[in-house]
Amino acid sequence: MSLNKKLVDMDYLLNEAPREQHFITGAQAMAEAVKRASVDMAIAYPITPQSEVMHLVGDIYAQGHIKEYYRAEEELGTMSAIAGAARGGVRMFTATSGPGLLRGLEAIVSWPGHRIPCVLGVLTRVVNAPLSIQPDNIEMAYLMHSGMIMLHAENQQDTFDYTLAAFAITEKVDVYIPVSVSTEGFFVTHAKGYVDMMSEELAFDVIDPYKAPVPAMDNEVPPARIQRDAPVQKSNFMSYLIHSVWQQEIWDSNRRAMKYVYQYLGGPIEVIHPDADVFIVASGCAAAQGREANRYAEEEGLSVGFIKVKCIRPWPKDEISAALKNAKAVIVPEHNIIGWLSKEIQASIPNGGIVVEGPRVYGGMTLPVELIMEQIYIALGMDSEKLQA
Amino acid sequence: MSLNYMVPVSKFKRYLPKDYVELVDYGPFGKEFSEVGTKNMGKYKELVEEHPMCSGCWMAYYIKIIFASLPNPEHTVTIGTAGCGRLAISQAAVPFIYGNYGDQNAMASGITRAFRLRFPDQQKDVITIAGDGGMMDIGFSMTMHAWFRGEKFTTIMLDNEVYGNTGGQESGMSIKGAVLKMSPKGKNFNKMPAMQLAITAGCVYVVKMSPTNINKAAKAIRRAIFAARELGPTFIHAYTSCNIEYSIPTPDVFKDAQEMAKGRFAFEEFMTDEAKDLFTVVEAKKKKEVS
Repeated sequence: MSLNKKLVDMDYLLNEAPREQHFITGAQAMAEAVKRASVDMAIAYPITPQSEVMHLVGDIYAQGHIKEYYRAEEELGTMSAIAGAARGGVRMFTATSGPGLLRGLEAIVSWPGHRIPCVLGVLTRVVNAPLSIQPDNIEMAYLMHSGMIMLHAENQQDTFDYTLAAFAITEKVDVYIPVSVSTEGFFVTHAKGYVDMMSEELAFDVIDPYKAPVPAMDNEVPPARIQRDAPVQKSNFMSYLIHSVWQQEIWDSNRRAMKYVYQYLGGPIEVIHPDADVFIVASGCAAAQGREANRYAEEEGLSVGFIKVKCIRPWPKDEISAALKNAKAVIVPEHNIIGWLSKEIQASIPNGGIVVEGPRVYGGMTLPVELIMEQIYIALGMDSEKLQA
Repeated sequence: MSLNYMVPVSKFKRYLPKDYVELVDYGPFGKEFSEVGTKNMGKYKELVEEHPMCSGCWMAYYIKIIFASLPNPEHTVTIGTAGCGRLAISQAAVPFIYGNYGDQNAMASGITRAFRLRFPDQQKDVITIAGDGGMMDIGFSMTMHAWFRGEKFTTIMLDNEVYGNTGGQESGMSIKGAVLKMSPKGKNFNKMPAMQLAITAGCVYVVKMSPTNINKAAKAIRRAIFAARELGPTFIHAYTSCNIEYSIPTPDVFKDAQEMAKGRFAFEEFMTDEAKDLFTVVEAKKKKEVS
């Protein structure tokens, strides 16, 4: 890179490099991570609340941190171009929100199967009618079945760290599927928080497109793909077989990413008060509110545990199941109406009935800590007077 | 020009599929167009031989011409989408990306830029080959915007005026009045003016033709690739009939293509002044090399 950066591995960059504290927005945090990730090319398309991220990435391109950048025609064009460019052997980044994610979803869900390593920022937003630009993470439910790896950031610091880690995870030879980094629009993207960042003179090692289970399609690397072969178009039996073994490998790749979630993020979950009877389990911005409720409970002398889920895919079933082994009630606050996180948790433990499905807010509402406290009081069997307080 | 990536080491050669070894030994890779190319089809190991297309398919014939015309097959990537064409294109001995529905020109935008970043000194040709539905209906926005952006790759539309692969539905390129599936009372709007759209959107070289003359078809394809390398987007709009959906008896397929060559697919060639200058240089150089 022309800016004479010092290239380092991700372990050093994330865990060892000296950091300085900054007070920046979530959008800035994501762009600052991209700046340190030796990204070759970024493709942008506006949608609120994501736009800020790709504006800033555009500035980074103009400053020379990224080699190529353009504004695409719309999200399907963006996500398809990502798939083309990644096959050409370059490191790619883009970001989108709610309806944009769904518009690009046909291409996005084909990325894992096509073994496209790339990082997708998802700055969450309402998708269903009546349309709204407000934060609501229902779109993440659609990604959960795509095969891609999904990280969910609680705050500006997570957004920075997870985005950097995502670039390392996506290119691991035993993974090599895309990674999404989600965080709530506005609540995180447009709000400032403290972010400890390493010097921008440091950057992640550049991509090696030949260190891959499916090498770049650049006519430079053997084996040359010059055999005449279109397997999926053969018999139906061959078609079923090839699709099934291929998709099994995608989901195995997804599971194999878990060790890198430990390496770079310190594990898929964070647990506070592991011996409690009542737990709050949350991801993303809801985890920030859950953390606050946990603090309130502590101040009130209540025994309440807290689990933050950092990684939605691969799903940390074993970790969550172990952490909730002795739980009597599990409260799952969420920023969406369907409760995708509570359903995952219910399916991960033998006694799913202990999961309290909520509180949930949607359409962009904030998640008052009091709503979580109310569920804590109910779970602890406290009197109604306390409930009204 | 390096072919090392596809040439097997001698000890490994006998374990490779015969088809692969023959392509390396007798295929067009690394050879001059005059040695192989369209004029010598049948005399060398061609990039497309067998294919699963219907008997008498004019599209399959044109796809063979496309691959025989490539100036640099060892550094070419093709991109297509769902449709009949990809059944034959995917049988060619050239890397092929089977994209999502209609996204070939968006994908080509990405990979062309990636190649230019990684291989500033090695030309890599990117060619999208898709049908009228993929290019002008479902992929319309991505086709047009790649052209507006001036992306340097070649777009070839195989226009059979119908959705052949999904069973004969009306497309934007069907003619007005055509009775097809999903237009049971006849299509009620005109065939889309693809050539004019391409020119308006900034393609530097555009040809419309019914490819009845092999050498003329090859010349257009090669010009489109040469101009895309240097100048900007190029577009070939070729008539490739669907003899099944339009009930053209197999022996009459060529006659139908000839009639089209006199009708709505009469040969038209547009080029910018820069493209014209480029062809003068490139084609003079080729002649000099041959003589």
